[in-house]
Amino acid sequence: MRNAACDSLARLYPRQPFLFFTGDLGFRALEPLREVMGERFINAGVAEQNMISVAAGASLAGLDSWVYSIAPFCYARPFEQIRNDVCLHDVALKLIGNGGGYAYGVMGASHHAIEDYGALLTLQHMHAFVPAFDEDVDPLVRKLAGFPHPAYLRLGRCEKPDGLELPPYAPWRRLVSGEGVLVIVVGPLVGGLVAALRGIGPEERPEVWVLSELPIESNAMPAPLLASLQRLRRVLVVEEHVAHGSAGAMLSRAFLSRGLALEAFEHACARGYESGTYGSQGFHRAENGLDAQSLMGRIRGLRA
Amino acid sequence: MHYESGVGHIGGNLSALDALLHLHHRAMGTEDLFILSKGHAAGALYVTLWSRGLLSEEDLGEFHGEGTRMSGHPPPRGLAGIPVATGSLGHGLSVAAGMALGRRIQGQKGHVWCLMSDGEWQEGSCWEALIFARHRGLENFTVLVDLNGLQGFGSTAEVASMEDLAGRIRGFGLEVLEIDGHDPEALDRAVRPEAEVILLKTVKGNGVSFMENRMEWHYLALDEEHYARAREEVESA
Repeated sequence: MRNAACDSLARLYPRQPFLFFTGDLGFRALEPLREVMGERFINAGVAEQNMISVAAGASLAGLDSWVYSIAPFCYARPFEQIRNDVCLHDVALKLIGNGGGYAYGVMGASHHAIEDYGALLTLQHMHAFVPAFDEDVDPLVRKLAGFPHPAYLRLGRCEKPDGLELPPYAPWRRLVSGEGVLVIVVGPLVGGLVAALRGIGPEERPEVWVLSELPIESNAMPAPLLASLQRLRRVLVVEEHVAHGSAGAMLSRAFLSRGLALEAFEHACARGYESGTYGSQGFHRAENGLDAQSLMGRIRGLRA
Repeated sequence: MHYESGVGHIGGNLSALDALLHLHHRAMGTEDLFILSKGHAAGALYVTLWSRGLLSEEDLGEFHGEGTRMSGHPPPRGLAGIPVATGSLGHGLSVAAGMALGRRIQGQKGHVWCLMSDGEWQEGSCWEALIFARHRGLENFTVLVDLNGLQGFGSTAEVASMEDLAGRIRGFGLEVLEIDGHDPEALDRAVRPEAEVILLKTVKGNGVSFMENRMEWHYLALDEEHYARAREEVESA
């Protein structure tokens, strides 16, 4: 997704100039953007606190600004700078965090982002955007270019299965129709789940939705989703994020507030590092029950 | 204000007041911006903005009250003369650098001024900001430091010495002036847009004998007796 974001920003820049800050990251990825932007592409060095505040200051001076880093360096290290200098002022700064969830794999826990949007969404005015596929990135970049509030764009690795016909980007999209349980997924791991569902008949197949914008109050839940919730009444929410501050927590509150009479609500989410060992993104997903095989088991169990 | 609202921080307000008044009345142009990085001197800033006609007597009377815009540290949005909220130390310098950068790139006129405390330099982000400002050659940007030598729970020398602050900042490649921060002539000579960093040697609690150079007046609030004595000293000076 990083290359897609770079391409999209490079196309955007001539039409709608902005400042772009990187915390010394983007080697073999952001060079095309640097070519297009010249002096407005700023490598702020390994100093994320300063980078966020400088970008906030530039935004307050009238220049739209984007900030890029590996996800945890983008939101965790400079959290107070985001809170005070960006969010308290409702500065329309755009944060791009690369490597949502366990995407940096065996690079280790320091590079993972499993509490990113939950932490950020505790802040005033902040919104989070989680593309599921490469194709989502360009519409999201264009959307964020005109978005009047602070925003966090969580990039991951596209896992779109071959042949999947994607509906146009929207905050909520139904990717699979079915009469089993209802599954709501945040982020790219929906690709692996959709692939695993191939060959399953519509009676057993779950209905799968992908959610890309948080908090969920930002967008009305589509009527077909509400209809499916009332019809299927067994829900599994899946995300590469810890439970606290998660989309699952937001959805459970929303469902209760609406008085939806669900029969079951389950949440497949990141739990951290239970074995104390590290590996690929796939390794961590499996350990946390977020791989396609584990999810299929949860779906079968929920249906029984 | 501080007496009526029963709040402290008056020592660091009094050390910064001369510089704030000088900046706003003699140094700053109409298109300049000022950022109070040592946000705990908000009272002194509000008084300064009142002296420029940007705040009213009624505004000052609301300081630290319920439902006030005059919070104990400069608030975000809504007050003329306060372009950014501060209060957590170590933010203002970076924000000021970003504003200076943004203005330079857009070809906008005006200078950006930032006033910091000395204890604030214990925040690592200040040094990040210095590296950035020096590297980017931000010539539309001046930093002032209120060097009163006392912080919240001890002297700066005892807590985590910043000595020699001038030498440390010079080591980052910036020019540093050191002046008496209460001397109008010295302020007049030094506080100019060409300056990069100005260290203001000041007195915490300046102008009130029982507060001067006393660490406790970082936080203490004035009682009735203190207030009467302080007022008498200031009015007879």
